[in-house]
Amino acid sequence: MTADQPIVLGFETSCDETGVGIVRGIELLADAVATSVDEHARFGGVVPEVASRAHLDAMVPTVHRALDQAGLKLSDIDAIAVTSGPGLAGALLVGVAAAKAYALALGKPIYGVNHLAAHVCVDQLEHGPLPQPAMALLVSGGHSSLLLVPDVATDVRPLGNTIDDAAGEAFDKVARVLGLGFPGGPHVDRAARDGDPAAIAFPRGLTGPRDAPYDFSFSGLKTAVARWIEARERAGEPVPVADVAASFQEAVVDVLTRKALRACKENGVDHLLIGGGVAANSRLRALATERAEAMGIRVRVPRPGLCTDNGAMVAALGAQLVASGVEPSALDLPADSSMPVTEIVAQGLS
Amino acid sequence: MRLDTVRGGPGAPVRGRPRRRIGAVTGAGLAVMNNGRVLLLAFDTATPAVTVALRGEDGVLAEHTEVDARRHGELLAPGIERVLAAAGASRTALTAVAVGVGPGPFTGLRVGLMTARALGDALEIPVYGVCTLDILAAAVAAAGAEDFAVATDARRREVYWAEYDAHGRRRTPPAVDRPADIAERLAGRAVAGQGPALYPEFFPRALEPALPSAAGLAELTARLLAEDPGALLPPLPLYLRRPDAVEPGARKSVHQPDARELGGRATTGAGRA
Ligand SMILES: [Zn+2]
Repeated sequence: MTADQPIVLGFETSCDETGVGIVRGIELLADAVATSVDEHARFGGVVPEVASRAHLDAMVPTVHRALDQAGLKLSDIDAIAVTSGPGLAGALLVGVAAAKAYALALGKPIYGVNHLAAHVCVDQLEHGPLPQPAMALLVSGGHSSLLLVPDVATDVRPLGNTIDDAAGEAFDKVARVLGLGFPGGPHVDRAARDGDPAAIAFPRGLTGPRDAPYDFSFSGLKTAVARWIEARERAGEPVPVADVAASFQEAVVDVLTRKALRACKENGVDHLLIGGGVAANSRLRALATERAEAMGIRVRVPRPGLCTDNGAMVAALGAQLVASGVEPSALDLPADSSMPVTEIVAQGLS
Repeated sequence: MRLDTVRGGPGAPVRGRPRRRIGAVTGAGLAVMNNGRVLLLAFDTATPAVTVALRGEDGVLAEHTEVDARRHGELLAPGIERVLAAAGASRTALTAVAVGVGPGPFTGLRVGLMTARALGDALEIPVYGVCTLDILAAAVAAAGAEDFAVATDARRREVYWAEYDAHGRRRTPPAVDRPADIAERLAGRAVAGQGPALYPEFFPRALEPALPSAAGLAELTARLLAEDPGALLPPLPLYLRRPDAVEPGARKSVHQPDARELGGRATTGAGRA
């Protein structure tokens, strides 16, 4: 392989998507995803054991769908990358076991990578090499993080995080009280299109002058929405679903974009990258772009399919690590459910 | 605990020299590639033991076992590399994989099955499944002469278990139960597996071994391939339990505890996207 154009097979199983992607350098060759989301819907959340069982069953067929998409054989692969963490421990372990077995069988190096750094790196597949430094806002059902990224292969610095619920989790819970489906993000987004974002003044968490400037809190907002709906119901009045959805969504994206752009300004960064499942939210994209333009900041958001969890993002980071000359992981690399974002590549334990 | 055995029997290949073929191929049904040589990789991760072995035509060439109930995912792949290196064999020389399919605690069990399936896929070789309780039973039957049972740790104060005749033939399907609920049925019977050490009050007659060995799995697989290949299983996990999950009510208030807060089962997010 050439160091700057390695063909990398990436595995992602940190939650309920079994993702297998293939890249060549920063070129996307394949992105196959099997999801067990329907099996979780009736529980209103991801059931770890259900997800883990589904990963085991889906993995080999998903690898072959990816190879077919790319028109490649396993013997064409130069390196393997896999999400080592963070995520659901049992789910991660299935992907890590698969990746190790393929690496061992093919005699290729393996990189156990950080899921959050992979969310950042995936945008290279769509919009070309990442600007250095970049600011990254990652929002999903599992994370709400603000990261300063001088170099995605070697240097990722956490600036802020949610102190309670992840943004996507708030979408799920609000969708549930509104009687919308799971996962909540797309359903709330759709319902909000017919609503007035200014109809109800929901609280903006952690935006006071003495609050942590880059941390997030969505728990209070979620509760405020539920209380507002219950008050309506007690009064025997109908719940204006579209207005509640739009006002809730506005409160979330207002805080996200305000804090992310403030981080850009205060750190002298002129590129904001948005990733994670919530980055598929149409209002977040629109408001971030509008506000950033006014500040002379460029916003990069991958297309929705690359924002949600997928194997291509893991492969993209793997390829970047090869290109940057980073040492691969050892074959005893762990699945680390609480892997810190500063650890971009998992090392073996021995 | 770490046990390393490298056996240098007549079938043991010597690095750097062409291996001499000695004796007949055992296991007529074994996928034969590699110039007619059989090289079976066997492992089991359905108990606290992560056990790996390599078997040639005439017997086990190398075995490596580590006991650590929490590190299956870390120990298995290096264990495979280790037995290949100990036997001087290349991964590409493997002709089949045998894997214990449980029953066993799910997380560790899946590491073995995922590894077996991926190796089988990448190397284009068959993968055979064997019930983990049968691996233990085969080791007992080699030494014993009476009916017995096998009981392994299913956690949550339960055991995975099955009954066997003196020849090691399983007489009951693998099941999961509380020791108290099967003690009467197994009264007087000797029991292999970790059950007796964990619940001596219910299983007072302990039988060796407590944990399965991949060497035993390899021997059992070779024997079944020769004598009764239909008894080998596909590499599908024997879970015996349904996933723990609490279905919430049709519509829930965010004031009420959700499934996660109730039972730690359904979790919204926790890594999603
Ligand atoms: Zn994610």
